[in-house]
Amino acid sequence: MQAGALGPAAQWAIEHQIKVGTYLGARDFVPVSQAHIMADTESLGPTGVEWLERMARLPAEQRRVRIPTITDPRGTDFAAAQRLKQQPWMLDLEHRAIVAFEALGVLMTNTCINYQTIMPPVRGEHVAYGDTGVVIYSNSVCGARSNFEGGPSALSAALTGRTPRYGYHLDERRQATLVIDVGWTPRGLDEWGALGGIVGRLAGDYWQVPALVGIDRVPNSDEMKHFGAALASYGSVALFHMVGITPEAQQLDDVLTPGRDVPSHEIGEADIRAFQQSYAQTIDRVDVVVFSAPQLSLVEMAQVADLIDGRRASIPLLVVTSPQVKPDADRMGLTRRIEAAGGTVLSGMCFYQSYAREMAEANGWQRLATNSAKLTNIIGGYGYRPALLPMAACVEAACNGGRITP
Amino acid sequence: MSDGTFYATAGMGRKVQGQALVAKDGFSARYDLDRARGVFVRPEHKLAGESYVGRVLVLDAAKGGVATAWMLHEMTARGVMPAALVLNAVNPIMVQGAALANFTMLSGFEVDITQAIPNGALVEVDPTGDRPCIRIIR
Repeated sequence: MQAGALGPAAQWAIEHQIKVGTYLGARDFVPVSQAHIMADTESLGPTGVEWLERMARLPAEQRRVRIPTITDPRGTDFAAAQRLKQQPWMLDLEHRAIVAFEALGVLMTNTCINYQTIMPPVRGEHVAYGDTGVVIYSNSVCGARSNFEGGPSALSAALTGRTPRYGYHLDERRQATLVIDVGWTPRGLDEWGALGGIVGRLAGDYWQVPALVGIDRVPNSDEMKHFGAALASYGSVALFHMVGITPEAQQLDDVLTPGRDVPSHEIGEADIRAFQQSYAQTIDRVDVVVFSAPQLSLVEMAQVADLIDGRRASIPLLVVTSPQVKPDADRMGLTRRIEAAGGTVLSGMCFYQSYAREMAEANGWQRLATNSAKLTNIIGGYGYRPALLPMAACVEAACNGGRITP
Repeated sequence: MSDGTFYATAGMGRKVQGQALVAKDGFSARYDLDRARGVFVRPEHKLAGESYVGRVLVLDAAKGGVATAWMLHEMTARGVMPAALVLNAVNPIMVQGAALANFTMLSGFEVDITQAIPNGALVEVDPTGDRPCIRIIR
């Protein structure tokens, strides 16, 4: 492969993997069964799209992926691009990237909740996933094994069928490095995200593995999704354990290395309230309400529909889901109910991966309400001032001219 | 460390010189930067408002999502990028991005590198030797 016998795409891929693996101390490769590629065009830029197109022009036998390979959200929902005031050049780049990926044999799933909708990995399965929220959920809740694989590395794994064996492919890296004693179990999704944000700040970097004790009930998949996505976003963390809940930590001792002291921290309700307040205290009115990051499950779609029935959004209310959930939401009338109340249901994109700065400028959006702690963490870099609120308070703000009810 | 030279556990890219831009804070191309203007923009970041173009960024840890793996490539193609990244703790995304972009990067030090390198110092980053290092020139 490295000598080029399988063509230049596989040759580039294996050389890229050797460079990355050498830097990170991998001794060999591990076969992977699936790849998930993050490659929105705001990240790729024209240079990245041209790079993909060059690969897509190779002969078919040299460019095709070797394992099932799926994609993270794209940078637009073509059906709603005009309403979002996205520009033709953005759509052109998106279209070109999609054509290139399809030529490589990639399945355009366009989702960051594949663990809820496509094919969840199983415990011990080695995969090469992009999107930090996908990786942390798959590692922690499913017990699968992946590092953060950015677009180039996930594509490399797709082309070679393997990935360098470092980090969370190794047993020893999956042991806890800090213990978090949770004194108050969150209820709302925004609170789960806030807890993830706090733990992420305490953890601090990619190589830390928090083990949580004290969670007094089993969180559902959406709660785990928001907790993990925020933890990965604030801390660059790829694996957590919840003692008695996640598969590798039936007891705390299961994930503690004998003889190794690890720091411990306590988190209570006051910490979660302070985290929420740190974002909301200077904002009494927002310009847009966004449910995204991660994409909404069918259950979340139903929750939004129930909250907004019979009401009317007077500022933009964007509800972002996956192309897999959207047809069900359509069929069950959820899309109709949300849009009848003035909301906009978007599919296959993610708000912050969709030229968020340009959308802000074109639409006059500066202040944003969301129940996603992950989005709250990211969107400041695009010029927004975010407020982290419960889902019901977000809907209330949308129906009240953007005014946040104290 | 000796005479203003600090050795890293890993490095990649070519040898470069530049003025250090230092903060005890993280780095994510998506979260922290206006890549068109070449400045840090996330309000909470300690370098908010600072231009990073041509500077040797000396920061604590790689943060954020996977987008940086593509973005370093795109930033390099447009020429609006730092001269090098020097981090206490790296994550795989930063390594993958640097590998794609042929970008200069060091990580892993015996000291807190953000405390060891003065902001504004002229430094040389050399990942090419047996022991990758950053050296204070003046």
